[in-house]
Order: sequence, then structure tokens, then C-alpha cells
Amino acid sequence: MKGSTRLAQVFVELADTLVEEFDIVELLQVLTERCVELLEVDAAGLMLADQRGRVQLMASSVEEARSLELFELQVDEGPCLECFASGQAITNVSLVEARERWPIFTPEAVGAGFSATHALPMRLRSQVIGALNLFTHADVRLDDDDLAVGQALADVATIGLLHERSLREQTLLSEQLQGALQSRVLIEQAKGMVAALTGVTVAEAFVWLRSHARRNGVTLTSVASGVVDGSFDASVLAKR
Amino acid sequence: MASRTTEILGDLMDDSSPAESLTDRLVVACAVAVSVTGVGLILMTDSGPAGVVAATDEAASTMEKLQFGLGEGPCVDSSVTGRPALHPDLARTGPALWPVFSAGALEAGIGAIFAFPLRVGAIRLGVLDLYRDEPGHLTSDQLAEALSFAGAATTILLLLETRSSPLGSADADRLDDVIGHRAVVHQATGLIAVQAKVSLAAALSLLRAASFSAGRSMEAVGRDVVDRALRFDDDND
Repeated sequence: MKGSTRLAQVFVELADTLVEEFDIVELLQVLTERCVELLEVDAAGLMLADQRGRVQLMASSVEEARSLELFELQVDEGPCLECFASGQAITNVSLVEARERWPIFTPEAVGAGFSATHALPMRLRSQVIGALNLFTHADVRLDDDDLAVGQALADVATIGLLHERSLREQTLLSEQLQGALQSRVLIEQAKGMVAALTGVTVAEAFVWLRSHARRNGVTLTSVASGVVDGSFDASVLAKR
Repeated sequence: MASRTTEILGDLMDDSSPAESLTDRLVVACAVAVSVTGVGLILMTDSGPAGVVAATDEAASTMEKLQFGLGEGPCVDSSVTGRPALHPDLARTGPALWPVFSAGALEAGIGAIFAFPLRVGAIRLGVLDLYRDEPGHLTSDQLAEALSFAGAATTILLLLETRSSPLGSADADRLDDVIGHRAVVHQATGLIAVQAKVSLAAALSLLRAASFSAGRSMEAVGRDVVDRALRFDDDND
């Protein structure tokens, strides 16, 4: 794990984010990137489950199709789904030993160059609302300190989802979850539109949208909405 | 994986009654399965409610007509925010938010309203409104079931919106769960909308049609679109 000074900086950054107006998709995206940095893992993804129990990828540190696939195919099996179902952390799973446990997921993960995986639950009291999924190329173990930091980052994600009001009503969680899932779909649509308008890949389009949002102090979702409804001229992104 | 939404769609299509009444059957099945008093389905556009599609009973119909006429209410809110608007005690939370609507709805005997937006990202189709004559929360099982019905209603509205002919049994295979798709499908929808100069809703239908006629999954065809191996340009299609 990276030094404690950097760890403190990251949590200050996240705390600052939470007291300002922020975009949930952007927050989750930053979280996956900080996971990779602090825990020295090679890929991190955050999966959320809707109340129907179906998991969906909300943010990942990687944009490469093959790695994204690894998160997405966990709708059917894999560490995230298992973590979500049990509510327990799944840690230090060596993929060479996981072929029977996850017959579809494991060969894909190995094929994408990974050797070990972990999944940490996003818990709210008795309910599990998602999971943080980590991958490393080398078959290395995360120690208890690393896992504690990973769990703290997963908890920040949970808090972020619930930031707006206190959780007096059971209804709030589902409102927030559904809203977050829809924002993610909207951003994917906007990525496709920017890619088509400017001729870049969808991964590059995402980088452009995020940096535009940051530079202008607006949320990622609002930039994506602007692209989709035509009020924002996506060709501006290409000119930079 | 056969989701509950796919199951609901299958059950609705199995019924041999005319396709036009698909939305009528959906609201009835939803009211029974979730165990609420009534259900209404309303079309929404970016500028507000655009029409009442179906309602199980008089109170549900009143609830939808009020929102349509006034342009206020839980369905308008949920369509704008993209989140469910859950009001287990309308008498307590409604009047401050929508005074005119709440007065009318309470008088019609509505005690609780649960509005679910029917959206695929930026594609805004409508709202599914569930009501109960008594105040009270939905259990988490009821909430899950309501969300599955909202998924089914989204799929049906999307097909109805982008099709000129009525839905037939041949469409059953195409009634998959539109919300559950992977990211690549939504990215491809964005690309197609630009290439073919159509709305995102129409782009999603084009992708669905291409997938259906090629006998390949929407993910696979979507991947080709994202990789530019398949294009939907005017001059090239």
C-alpha cells in the first residue's frame, strides 16, 4: 500500500467531494482510480445491484473492452455476484484455483492477464447494495491493512450514494440506486454520440467528457445530458 | 439469464388477446403481482406528460388524468429526475409538493403513490404509477416486483413508440429487458443516433432490428458498432 500521507490526502479529497455538490458517477470513477493507486492493484470496478438483485457496472479504472467484459459478465457469476449474495468480502482468490468456482469468469479473467481477484461489499446496515472488485496481474496477496483501506473506499461509495438526505425512509435507497443506474446509462449513450461526432473511441470520448466536466466545474451527468439533448456542442471537445 | 422482467414480458405475450391491449394487460398484471389497489401508465416527453396509456380502474385513471392535466405530481417528478418517487403517505408528503394534484388524488381515495420512471438513460418514455387506497410502504419484495414491471413497461413503450404496426407474437423474442443491457449497447445506441441522424429511441430500435435480423445478440452487434465494423450512416446502410 502507498504511504499514509497519500492515504490521508485521498480521504481528504473524498470528504471534500462529499460536502460539495457532486456527481455520483464521477465520484465512483475517482474511487476506482484511487483504489488502483493506493492498493497497488491493476484494475478496480464498482458494481451496484438494483433491488431486483441484478448487478451493473457503475465505474471502472479500465476502459479496455476485454477488462470491462470481466465486470459485466458477473451478472451471471463471479466474485462480485458472490460477494453481493453473501454480504461477505471475498479476498485473495488465486484465479488458477478458481476454475471450478467460476467456470465462465475465471478463464476470461486469466485471458485478460489477471492472476488474483477480490470483492468487497458495499454494505448499508443489513443490506448489500454492491461490491468493489479488484484485480492484480501478479498472484499477490493483499494484507489486512490493504483490505481495510479497500473496505473504507467501498464505504465511501455507499455514503456517496446516500448523501443527499438522511436515510429516514426505506424508499430513499431505491430512489438513489435507480437514479445512479440511469445516470450511468445516459453517460454511455453520450460516450457513443461523442465518439461518432468526433471519430474517437468510446474510451477517449469518456476521458474528454470527464475532463471537460472537471475543467468547467460541472457534473459529468450534466455534460452527458447536454451532449444527448444537443445543448452542448461535442465538437468543442475535439478542438482541445 | 432470464430476468423477472423477461418472464413478465413472456407471460404478457403468451396471452392471445390483441396486441393493442398489451399495456392494459400490463397494468392489471402489475396491480395483482405487486398487490396494490391500482396501476396507471402515462407517456412522458421532455416537456411533460403526453397522454394516459392505461389504467386499471377509475381512481388510477383520475390519478393519471390529474397529472396529465396539471403537469404536476409524482410522475412528473420521477420523469424529470429519473428516479422513483415513492410516497407511502400522500396526505403527509403530497400537499406541500403538489397542492392541486394532492387534493384531487386524496379525494379520489388514493392513500399512497409509487411512481417509477420508464427510461433508458436519456430516452424518456413514460411513468408507471402504482397506488394504494391506504398509506403504507412497499415491502422490498414488492419494490423489486414493481421495478421488474417498470422494466417490462419500458420495453413495451419503446417498441410501441418506434413501430408503426401493432406488436404480434413474432415480437416476443425481441421483448427482452432493455434496461439490463451492457454498456456497449448504450454506447452503440449513441453512435447510431449520430450516424443515422435519429433519436436515441429510434437508434436503439435500429440496433435491436439489426441484431434480430442477423440472429446475433445486441451486445455482439453493439460491439461491431463501437468498433466501427458496422455503421448506420445514410449513404452506407
